[in-house]
This record gives sequence, structure tokens and C-alpha cells, in this order.
Amino acid sequence: MSSATSATEAAFAPIVFHWYEAEVAAIAPVTPTVKSVRLRCAIADRQRAGQHVDVRLTAEDGYRASRSYSVASPPDGSGTLELLVEGLPDGEVSGWFFDTAEVGDRLEMRGPIGGSFSWDGPDGGPLLLAGGGSGVVPLLAMLRRRAEVAPEIPAALIFSVRSRAEAIALDELEARHRDEPHFSLFLRTTREGDGRRVDDALVAAALDWTGAPGKVFLCGSNRFVSPTADLIVAAGVPAGIIRTERFGA
Amino acid sequence: MVTRGFTGRRQPPETGARLPPGQYLTQDFPILQIGPNPSVDLATWQFTLRDGSRPIKTWSWEAMQALPQTTWHGDIHCVTKWSKFDTTWEGVTFDDLLTDAGIEAPTEYLLAESYDDYSTNIPVADLTDGKAMIALRYDGQPIHADHGGPARFFVPHLYFWKSAKWLKGLRFTKADTAGYWELRGYHMYGDPWREQRYIGD
Repeated sequence: MSSATSATEAAFAPIVFHWYEAEVAAIAPVTPTVKSVRLRCAIADRQRAGQHVDVRLTAEDGYRASRSYSVASPPDGSGTLELLVEGLPDGEVSGWFFDTAEVGDRLEMRGPIGGSFSWDGPDGGPLLLAGGGSGVVPLLAMLRRRAEVAPEIPAALIFSVRSRAEAIALDELEARHRDEPHFSLFLRTTREGDGRRVDDALVAAALDWTGAPGKVFLCGSNRFVSPTADLIVAAGVPAGIIRTERFGA
Repeated sequence: MVTRGFTGRRQPPETGARLPPGQYLTQDFPILQIGPNPSVDLATWQFTLRDGSRPIKTWSWEAMQALPQTTWHGDIHCVTKWSKFDTTWEGVTFDDLLTDAGIEAPTEYLLAESYDDYSTNIPVADLTDGKAMIALRYDGQPIHADHGGPARFFVPHLYFWKSAKWLKGLRFTKADTAGYWELRGYHMYGDPWREQRYIGD
């Protein structure tokens, strides 16, 4: 087939996904609307940066609900992995994480899932990443992995958020921008400051920083991903190297 | 295993009966795909039916519009767990396409192939007798590129990844040949009522 099928991806299939027990190892607020949840589970440390897991909760009467979450942590040998859960107003599963979950609570998890939206050192770069809101989570995993295994690979993150207070991991990303010579953060706040969205000038600046990218990953709502992907294609990046992950309407 | 403090939000019975296991109802129309929307120009758009590598027939956009148009009304189910009720799609049924090509299906399986090099496999028996169409309109309007327009495959009784966006053709295959997601751990068949999300489900 085309660029859509790479040897790296094919190596990850076929996979049979089983449910595994998981335990909440730590839980802490990250922003007013997002919590970090560390889960201890047999499938931790198997993920490639960017992949997601399914989480399943079961009520006393056997009723079950499951949702998918991107993993924020690269494999780190700790036997745990980190999810960043946004407390949505009527979120059936996220609401439990946000309002009820405590250290020691048990649930189920399966994965990691999603080989095409994932990255590891041997995949190379340069890396152009673009995240809208909580869509930054799988990209954060890639940046954390890159810092450990391939810090020399040029990388840029276009990060669009409503406000700085709502930006996930902003302290970490600004520290990386400051301390990592080959990484640059391109932040846009849409509802404070000059309130601008991602535009062709910002995409051009990010591409200027990375040089011609080898891998491009975009994640966020479709309102963010679709126009941003179009801008990146219009800037001359081949569509075949762009991978997207979208959520919501 | 029970999760402490989890009660869940039950669906009303009339909703629950229409939701396959593990699905939840959404009023939105979420969008999932592997990359950017490919640019597809109606002036050069082509749809080709193939038997393996051999082209059987090719239709232009005008020729496709000239085939009998069928409307389908009902529910769709995505492997990422959302379901959407009461959607309306219009297009050319698989049966009408074969009739226009003057053939019977030469094999028992095919691959739906897209302009972005996506593909997905479906048994022919799941496409005949009005079960599938080349969708050309959603809710009475041309299908937006975000939702796979100008033409997408439409096989609503299977998870929606089988309904390939930006369809450019159908290729009959001798064996059931894994497509893009099926190579990456997704189920070969994908029946939402049996919750066949991934291999082994």
C-alpha cells in the first residue's frame, strides 16, 4: 500500500486486547478541569508514545461503561501509566475519575491501542506536533519520550488553548522550550491576550524551526484538527506523513 | 470486578434497546480518521469496481448520480463507542451498482478503497439486498469532506470504520484480506451487536 502502511506500524499487529485489572496509584489536579491519574497495571510500560487505552468501570449490579484515553506517559519501567482526565460536565467515566476516584480504587484497562498515531525514537523526525486543548496529551507522551531517547531530533509543538490556566502541562512544556535546544513551543491562546487561532504564519514559523518534517501528528477536536491539517498541507507538507486523532463534534 | 463508587448513567429503556453493548448515544457527529481530508475534485472524481487488479467498470460523478438513488434511515455505531440515532443517507446501493456493471459478485469478499489509501474489508454477503450503498448525500445535503464526501461507503450494520470515507472504489478479493485498521488489531468483521471491536472480541 502507500505511506499509510509502514513496517513500524505493521509490527504492532495483529494484537489481541484483553482486559486487565488496574489500580489507582496516584491522583492529582493538573488544571482546574483536568486531573492526572496514575494507574498500576500489567499493560503499563508496553505503550508507544501516542497510543491510547480503554478504561472500563463496573457498577455493583454489573452495569459497565468504558471510554478511551490517551496515555500521557512514555513507558518508564514504573509499572504505571498516566492518564490526564478532563472532568466533562456529564462524563459518565471521566466524572467518576474526577469526583470519586481515590488511591487504591480498582478498575479495568486494555490496550495499548492505536499503532498509527504513535512515535518512538527509531521513527525519527523532525517532528511537527499540533494539539488543541486536551488533544495535547498523546503529544506530551511523544515529547517526553523524545527527551529521553532522541533529544537531538528537532521538534515543534503548536499548542492551541483557550487560556494559559486551562493549558495542560504548560509549566513542563515551557521548561522544555527553555531547556531543550532542539524543541520549540508555539503557543496560541484563543480567549485571552490577542485571542488568535492557529494560522499560516504560525505554521510557517513552526516549520521554519523543524525544517521539513518526517512525522506530523495532530490531535484535538475536529474544529482544531481539520483546519490545522489543511494549513500544514497548504504549507507543502505531504499529506501522507500527517496522522490525526480527533474527538468530539 | 466492581469499581467502588461507580453507578453509571443508565439509558432510558427505549434508548438502551437501540444501543449495541458498550455504546453511548451522541447527538454530535464525531469525526475519526487517520490523516487530513484528501482533496477530491468532482470534475476528476472516479469510482472503479475491480476484480483483483482487473478494472470491471469506472463511473464519473455524473454517471454515479444517474444511477438509481436510495434513501436509508437509521442508526450508526462507531467502534470508539458513540452511536448516533436517526441518520439519513442517500446514494447508490451495492445491488444497483452491480446491476449497472452487468455482473454478479465474482468473489465472496471485497476491499473498499479510499482516496487517502485507507481500505477496509467486508464480506459481499453483508453488502447485498440493500444492506450497503455508495453514499452521496447525508441529511439531504452533499456529504462534507469531514464526513467522507463526496462519496463514502455505507454499511450501517457494521462498526462505522467499515464505511470507508472518500471512497474511490471497491475491489473484489479471493480471500478475506485485512484492510488498514484490520491489520492493526481491529476485528475482521466488526459486528456492533456482538461487540467485535478488536481481534479476539
